[in-house]
Amino acid sequence: MEYTFIIVLLPFLSFLFLGLAGKKLAPRVAGYVGTAVLAISAALSYLAAWQYFTTAKVGGVFKPWSMDFRWLNFTKDLHIDLGMLIDPIAVMMLVVITTVSLMVHLYSIGYMHGERGFQRYYAFLSLFTFSMLGLVVATNIFQMYIFWELVGVSSYLLIGFYYTKPEAVAASKKAFIVTRFADLGFLVGILLLSFYTGTFSFERLTSGDASLFNEAGGVTFMGCSVIGWALALIFIGGAGKSAMFPLHVWLPDAMEGPTPVSALIHAATMVVAGVYLVARLFPVYYLEAPDVLVLIAIVGAVTSLYAAVVACVQTDIKRVLAFSTISQIGFMMVGLGVSGLEGHEGLGYMASMFHLFTHAMFKALLFLGAGAIIHAVHSNEMGHMGGLRKYLPVTRFTFLIACLAIAGIPPFSGFFSKDEILAATFHFSPLLGAVMSFTAGLTAFYMFRLYYRIFWNKETRHDHAPHEAPRSMTIPLVFLAFVTLVAGPIPFGKFVTSDRAEYLIHLDWTVAGASVAIALVAIALATLLYRKESAIPDRLATSFKGLYTAAYKRFYLDELYLFVTKKIIFNGISRPIAWFDRHVVDGTMNGFATLSQRVSCAIRGFQSGQVQQYVMVILLGTLFITVLVLFI
Amino acid sequence: MNFLSLFVLIPVLMMGGLFLAKNLKQIRLVATAGASLLLALAVGLVVAYLGERAAGNHEEMLFAAKCLWYAPLNIYYAVGVDGISVAMLLLSAIIVFTGVFASWKMEFLEKEFFLWFCLLATGVFGFFISLDLFTMFMYYEIALIPMYLLIGVWGSGRKEYSAMKLTLMLMAGSALLLLGILGIYFLSGESSMNLLELAKAHIPTQAQYWIFPLVFVGFGVLGALFPFHTWSPDGHASAPTAVSMLHAGVLMKLGGYGCFRVAIYLMPEAANHLAWIFIILTGISVIYGAYSAIVQTDLKYINAYSSVSHCGLVLFAILMLNQTAMNGAILQMLSHGLMTALFFALIGMIYGRTHTRDIRELGGLMKIMPFLGVCYVIAGLASLGLPGLSGFVAEMTVFVGAFQHTDTFHRVFTILACTSIVITAVYILRVVGKILYGPVTDKHYLALTDANWYERTSTVVLILAIAGIGLAPLWLSDMINGSLLPIIQHVKL
Repeated sequence: MEYTFIIVLLPFLSFLFLGLAGKKLAPRVAGYVGTAVLAISAALSYLAAWQYFTTAKVGGVFKPWSMDFRWLNFTKDLHIDLGMLIDPIAVMMLVVITTVSLMVHLYSIGYMHGERGFQRYYAFLSLFTFSMLGLVVATNIFQMYIFWELVGVSSYLLIGFYYTKPEAVAASKKAFIVTRFADLGFLVGILLLSFYTGTFSFERLTSGDASLFNEAGGVTFMGCSVIGWALALIFIGGAGKSAMFPLHVWLPDAMEGPTPVSALIHAATMVVAGVYLVARLFPVYYLEAPDVLVLIAIVGAVTSLYAAVVACVQTDIKRVLAFSTISQIGFMMVGLGVSGLEGHEGLGYMASMFHLFTHAMFKALLFLGAGAIIHAVHSNEMGHMGGLRKYLPVTRFTFLIACLAIAGIPPFSGFFSKDEILAATFHFSPLLGAVMSFTAGLTAFYMFRLYYRIFWNKETRHDHAPHEAPRSMTIPLVFLAFVTLVAGPIPFGKFVTSDRAEYLIHLDWTVAGASVAIALVAIALATLLYRKESAIPDRLATSFKGLYTAAYKRFYLDELYLFVTKKIIFNGISRPIAWFDRHVVDGTMNGFATLSQRVSCAIRGFQSGQVQQYVMVILLGTLFITVLVLFI
Repeated sequence: MNFLSLFVLIPVLMMGGLFLAKNLKQIRLVATAGASLLLALAVGLVVAYLGERAAGNHEEMLFAAKCLWYAPLNIYYAVGVDGISVAMLLLSAIIVFTGVFASWKMEFLEKEFFLWFCLLATGVFGFFISLDLFTMFMYYEIALIPMYLLIGVWGSGRKEYSAMKLTLMLMAGSALLLLGILGIYFLSGESSMNLLELAKAHIPTQAQYWIFPLVFVGFGVLGALFPFHTWSPDGHASAPTAVSMLHAGVLMKLGGYGCFRVAIYLMPEAANHLAWIFIILTGISVIYGAYSAIVQTDLKYINAYSSVSHCGLVLFAILMLNQTAMNGAILQMLSHGLMTALFFALIGMIYGRTHTRDIRELGGLMKIMPFLGVCYVIAGLASLGLPGLSGFVAEMTVFVGAFQHTDTFHRVFTILACTSIVITAVYILRVVGKILYGPVTDKHYLALTDANWYERTSTVVLILAIAGIGLAPLWLSDMINGSLLPIIQHVKL
């Protein structure tokens, strides 16, 4: 399996090449180079997956394969290694990342055609792909943190790709800072965890060896074990990257980046890094801090519901998709949160990973479809669309497939994965299951609202008729739609499970039937409201004005963040500190200077150079001393 | 004649050459040749040092030599290096080299500028090779004095005020230092100035309690220890580019290195008992500097405050008194030196074109000068600790090391210090977003040009060094680690 490191290395080389020599290349060539390199990486990933899943099974359990080299020494036990850990989830992620990235590379040749900085764009895409691949194959938590930061910065660079646009700059800054804040939790979590366990290595941490955690035994803080705190802090890192409530605020703004970037980073790969992180450490969570898992499930459910409600009223199509992404990642988190470790209990874990896989495909498809639409009408607003079905046939059909998948209609892939999450959730807590089912219904509703508002509804007048995207853009659409169509029946439990042993999936037909029914009702409702132009949606909006506005404004969370950063941190902390520094600390120093100056002014009269004055002082002094001697 | 003395000799010879130089071309020739020679020498030293170590030489100081200088007081000219000084010498040589290129175009009095510049370099190199407290102190002073003239004459803005402030504050620091050195000399019972001999002797614990703060604060002033850091913003803002580079890049390291080599090494008991006071102060430096940087509008002020924060982390880590944290401190010195030099070089280049450093007036420069823009982004990313660049390696070593301390107090402060990574991101991205991105704020900027060859040389060398440390830190970290062992054993009670 040694060759797998080439999968990671190739995009890095491509980044260096395009970054340093890109200016000298023709834009088209840069695009071809980037795409070709990714194609090789993808091919190798498929090979690795095939090889791993066919050969690595020992005694019914997939054995991880790893290699690494020392990168930096800290202490005797703690050191950062860089390497490759190949196990079922890593292999699955390799396949997902290279596939989506390849599609996005290909798609971008058409989409970004003629843009300024085309080579730079491809260099950044390569950098991102490299970082993301490095993240998923990390052998230890510190390697993951390294690549975690690198994906963060690639995301920053790509969101701010149109750097002359102030909104894009603001969005990129916001994304980086919010995730950095979350990463602080991650870092402190790593420090805590490594302090007590004395290792960064995933293999050791997840080996189920309870003696590792002996050192921390009994150490508690505010009624919770210290390992629990460490894991909760690490989860905060994951929640930041995966846009969990309330750290999700950066993701909708991140849509300022080019649309293919949204598809790759902010839908399919980077935003699931948090899910991947929890999955990677799942045995530790399950064995050492089951409370934190419950917290994860609750955070996931709240996020999921919140984002679905907000998505119902947004009018920018990319934002609808962004909130939909947040909501779906919430599903994955719930899946992990409710899962057990072994055998049948591990359904949630398996389902979560499955959903990660299917979601990556159909959400990338949705974003790329949205890109094709934006390409055609030059706007993100639903109001400028409508009736596009005649003009964009390929986009429309592929988009419809993705909508059906995310809504959970069989036999599309989303049905299977989401249904398993729901089944696991109901098994864990019927209340949580009900919430998630309702959210699934909302999902179907807002997706079909989106679909109808774009392709049906009232036709908008265009200056020139919108036309279908070029071949380089439609091929990825068709490919992803194909995957979405056929991925459902993949026996995922055979490959990716919480205990790496085979797991037999059997559909829970009561849950499945109910969720399909809910989805159908929601779709019917959306059809009723949005298929033809109608006044009902507006009337509904006015009669629930408060709720509508609140949801449209995303429940004022952005305003709250703005208040905290601008008013509290900037004006409330930084300004006073800067003032204090200049006027109090520095003032004291200047005070010393002024004081010495004053003193010297006061006594410099003695050094006037006038002999008469000196004589005068001598005489007076003598007189004074004489008097003193005589009378005392 | 020991080859370490070349580090002092070359700058002195350069001064002679500059004195004889007849025109600008010759001045540049002398400066470039000398600086390149120093860089080559430093690289050679690293190779030779690693070679010696690999060959199994376990002496604490390699290439040591000494000769008697003033017998009545037992003052020797003693030199020698361990992994830490080797790293610092390499840093200094890189900064001097790039500083020469950054001051390729001086407006006036080129010869005098470079003369003082070389004198400054003499002091810096001399300080790092010295093993004798007296010569160390002397070189320290040699490095400080030229600052006054370099800022006062070639500076900008309120240069006289800044130069005066900087010199006086640092002089006050060295007064404390002198007291401390005298205390060490007389109370150690050794009547020696040699560091290694002093380390073997034992300074009475009572004496340590008053000498340690003197020496630590004395050096700490130069290392921007709160609340004695206020010379830094004004000083940097007024200094010319190359001087800012050398000052923030190397001179401030004298402070950290001195604290480490003299204060901690010679007075381990006091260090162990008094560390908590200074941990609080340096902890404040780290957070306070970062918050102050958020609201500044002058590019140089931002970097000066950022230096307060980053150098605070150096002293903070040294005070943790364990191997990993100290290793992190040395790495942080290197990393901070390189990236701050890069920052100041770039700010100088931008200022030279736009004639303003006010971020409210700048904007959209990325489009006009992409090379400088990209370099600025790289410097910013290094500063906020992006993996792959030097800042990450240093900060993580500090954090992990400091967190290994068994006291909860130290760990809590480590977590507080960790928060600086977020605040750093805020002020770095604010600046980058403001001056590089967005629309061009002034149409006069459209006519500006990108970097020249000498500016490119300067920035590329620095970036290569930053990325070099960031990508392959193991050799450096191991080199420092090896040299830390005797010190740690000494410091452990």
